[in-house]
Amino acid sequence: MATIIVDVMLKPEILDPQGQAVAAALPRLGFTFATSIRQGKRFEITVAGEPTAAQLAEVEEAAEKLLSNPVIETFVVRVEK
Amino acid sequence: MRIGVVTFPGSLDDSSALRAITLAGGEAVPLFHASDDLKEVQAVVLPGGFSYGDYLRCGAISRFAPIMSSIIVAAEHGFPVLGICNGFQILTESHLLPGALIRNQDLHFICTDQPVTVENVNTPWTNGYAKGQRIVIPIKNGEGSFQASAETLAELEGEGRIVLRYADKNPNGSQNNIAGISNARGNVVGVMPHPEQAIEDLTGPSEDGLTFFTSILQSLVAR
Amino acid sequence: MALDTVAVAATTPENEQPWRELGLKEDEYQSIREILGRRPTSSELAMYSVMWSEHCSYKSSKIHLKQFGEKAVKSDALLVGIGENAGVVDIGQGYAVTFKIESHNHPSFVEPYQGAATGVGGIVRDILTMGARPIAVMDPLRFGPADAPDTKRVLPGIVAGVGGYGNCLGLPNIGGEVVFDETYAGNPLVNALCVGVMKHSDIKLATAHGTGNLVVLFGAKTGGDGIGGVSVLASETFASGKAAKRPAVQVGDPFAEKVLIECSLEIFAEDLVVGIQDLGGAGLSCATSELASGGSGGMDIQLEKVPLRDPSLSPEEILMSESQERMCAIVEPAKLARFMKICKKWDVTATVIGEVTAGDRLHITWNGELIVDVPPRTVAHDGPVYNRPMARPAYLDSLSPVSLPAIESAEEIKAAVLKLVAAPNIADKSWVTDQYDRYVRGDTVLSQPEDSGMIRIDDHTHLGVAISTDANARWSYLDPYEGVKLALLESCRNIAVSGAKPLAITNCLNFGSPEDPGVMWQFAETVRGLADIALELGLPVTGGNVSFYNQTGSVAILPTPVIGVLGVIQDVRTRTKMGFTKAGLELFQVGNTDDNFSGSEWAYLHGAMGDTAPRADVDHATRLVNFLLEGQPLFDSAHDLSNGGLAASLTESTLKNNVGATIELPAQFIPGGVSAALFSETPGRVLIAVEPENSGKFQALAESHGLQLHAIGKTGGTDLVINDATIALDELRAAHTQTFHKLFG
Repeated sequence: MATIIVDVMLKPEILDPQGQAVAAALPRLGFTFATSIRQGKRFEITVAGEPTAAQLAEVEEAAEKLLSNPVIETFVVRVEK
Repeated sequence: MRIGVVTFPGSLDDSSALRAITLAGGEAVPLFHASDDLKEVQAVVLPGGFSYGDYLRCGAISRFAPIMSSIIVAAEHGFPVLGICNGFQILTESHLLPGALIRNQDLHFICTDQPVTVENVNTPWTNGYAKGQRIVIPIKNGEGSFQASAETLAELEGEGRIVLRYADKNPNGSQNNIAGISNARGNVVGVMPHPEQAIEDLTGPSEDGLTFFTSILQSLVAR
Repeated sequence: MALDTVAVAATTPENEQPWRELGLKEDEYQSIREILGRRPTSSELAMYSVMWSEHCSYKSSKIHLKQFGEKAVKSDALLVGIGENAGVVDIGQGYAVTFKIESHNHPSFVEPYQGAATGVGGIVRDILTMGARPIAVMDPLRFGPADAPDTKRVLPGIVAGVGGYGNCLGLPNIGGEVVFDETYAGNPLVNALCVGVMKHSDIKLATAHGTGNLVVLFGAKTGGDGIGGVSVLASETFASGKAAKRPAVQVGDPFAEKVLIECSLEIFAEDLVVGIQDLGGAGLSCATSELASGGSGGMDIQLEKVPLRDPSLSPEEILMSESQERMCAIVEPAKLARFMKICKKWDVTATVIGEVTAGDRLHITWNGELIVDVPPRTVAHDGPVYNRPMARPAYLDSLSPVSLPAIESAEEIKAAVLKLVAAPNIADKSWVTDQYDRYVRGDTVLSQPEDSGMIRIDDHTHLGVAISTDANARWSYLDPYEGVKLALLESCRNIAVSGAKPLAITNCLNFGSPEDPGVMWQFAETVRGLADIALELGLPVTGGNVSFYNQTGSVAILPTPVIGVLGVIQDVRTRTKMGFTKAGLELFQVGNTDDNFSGSEWAYLHGAMGDTAPRADVDHATRLVNFLLEGQPLFDSAHDLSNGGLAASLTESTLKNNVGATIELPAQFIPGGVSAALFSETPGRVLIAVEPENSGKFQALAESHGLQLHAIGKTGGTDLVINDATIALDELRAAHTQTFHKLFG
């Protein structure tokens, strides 16, 4: 059993009001480390056994067609060790 | 004239769309998402609501419904399609329309009587309006901010494909104050505001929305 | 850990059980042992502990609530009375309407969004379970001071939760309240009302009849949500300064409820259920014991068949789980296949978990072993009944009369009006209400900020219903018996102003700890007052909700009975709105003004409470309601006078359509002068605009009902002019509409 992670983020040029709201809230709690924050989604996909190259290609395709909206989002696929 | 209204799991404004069609003088035909049968309608409305609870992204799951496969094919042949609110979101996810709808800029759901101008009166859904006509119809959404690449925006503006534009105030951060657009051919229109809930003074802010539905009926008669 | 079965319990009577941690008192635990003739199993203990909690069993309120049945006037309109999930009334043309308010106060303090969201979800399911299609919601909300940090924590979340859940269900929010008071700091009140409609023949009840009929659990899968929420949270006050107990808050999924609604309505339409119950507080414990009690009592449940989201749950946890969006139906075997097919169409999980039996015990097994063997009525209905001590509280003898500065000059009038309309309790609430969809379903005829919410029921006959929710906690504090009556009369007035005839009453009684004799006295007086006035008016109390333990430490909230009144209008097209429509209309105030500022917003803004609540004048109120209904064709607009008095109503009516008014208040004829004329909250008053050509008939009609009329001015212009004071509408609007944005962004 293995886990494939797909991280989806809004494209940099797309306004991210949720990330902005989070960034505005942190200083109110005394945290000043962030210069900016953007919010995304993470999908954890469980597969039986070690992921094959073919499976990873399918995950890429699924990410392109369903998990992300390529008009406004980008994604990264990786295998969790 | 038969006009279909699709119900997806979670669709909410399907009943209002059916009523608007009937009030305009058409035959309103309910269609179910799980069937690819368009029941010989001559146009179709994708209504507002929270199909699939807005899971993943608004409209992201509905676009794969069996009914959509029939609609996509038909649309490519000039079949008139109107997407309202969640319906507009389904159309962008299906790539029948460009761009995407994201979370309102101030992060709140907003329900208000919104003035908009009708800028493109060459579509079968809007040809009953005067160009530039100002109408007041409800908006009610949390994810109504229209976003598209610079190229897409230039194309939409250049080709006169902005159908509705917010007036007085941009309620959600949509680029270029865009409230509704059409495809290149003009048969597919997506709008965030709800014309189907501005059809009687008794229940809406005006009767300005009824013209969407009388327009399509006129257009179909003219064919 | 070994399974605690009935067999084991029978042979190990000395086992220590965590009855105290589960919220039971010692005598209640002993009672259970007596009922069963042995110690309870841990599953049985879990069931009794949730079902005998205050929230579920109404043990402190039952003896008082009986009055609603005892003092009820026989009403042909009442189709289902108190005792079922919600009351049902006949509104004519074969339609029946069901409505109810419920509270979700403590969870909303802990987790504002989910607490409010699941509060809406719960009341909607109560309506659905009566066989009705839910058609609208309302939300009376109460918070601590508007500028307090904790209010900024809870208010946005609660509003977002009410909107998030209700909007996704497709239910228009047609009204409610937003009230701020120190008393609710630490104890916000989230009350949610739902109204549903059906044909008479559709009414469903929570009964399990027919040996061999199947018990079917459908809806969402069961997880660890809100385990012990009911008994742990609602019966615990929040200790001041200490962190709350481990939050046991439920998480809602409105999409799951939306498909559940559509699925259930199709099932009802095909008459596929014998009885039905929704799973709310106390989850399966409640549903099974209620359904079994509603029948002859016999039911067998195989608990391992419950579909689980979390496979690690123990049987006790499954029984206590408050996972949302679940219903339980009794289905004849011959109808099961069709039932399941409809569930499949909507992708709703449905599982047979048991059957109705010939006996009179509820038996629950876990993989064949008996873990629950109880008489269901002892769980669901015959729980403990307390006659708690009551004592008239001492504070009633140390109240002070209100003394307020006189308002006379133009500058003083203008400044006072601008101050009042900007006060959080009076200010424009669009920041809140614009987060709610009021248009969905296309039948909303009136919604906030009108006096009542009104829904069209039939678009051919134009039949409609109107609802108002009202409360005045300060009047209830000063005089609980009169206070609740005044709230009821206000609701009736709000309904009648819009053109609907009051028909039925629901209520949500929010109080402090019943273990405080002073609180218990306030409660008893409130129930007595509501029962008495309901009888006097001939309106049935169809049901309601009690929320106790709203207090922090030993300080209880002001007694806050929220009343909901539903009325019927034969033709919604004739309804009356509150905004001035044009210039040249004559303005009248119906009803006299006195100078009692006790409990008013104006007194509150000066840090005062006062000492004497007004007296409810039922005779005047009845004549006023009749006048309002008869006079509808003569009114151009009408608006009730309540919080903020005439000043507030004038502000709302001028700003609605941007039509000004010129008002003359002859101070020498009004007790208390201009102050009272503008800010007193004397009950039983309405502001009406009339076309000059209708003025004669209007005045004659008022006279025929024995009502006092005061001609106070005319509509028109771009200002609100009061005596010598001129307030431009733009300035009035700025003061009225900026408050919430400044407070909440």
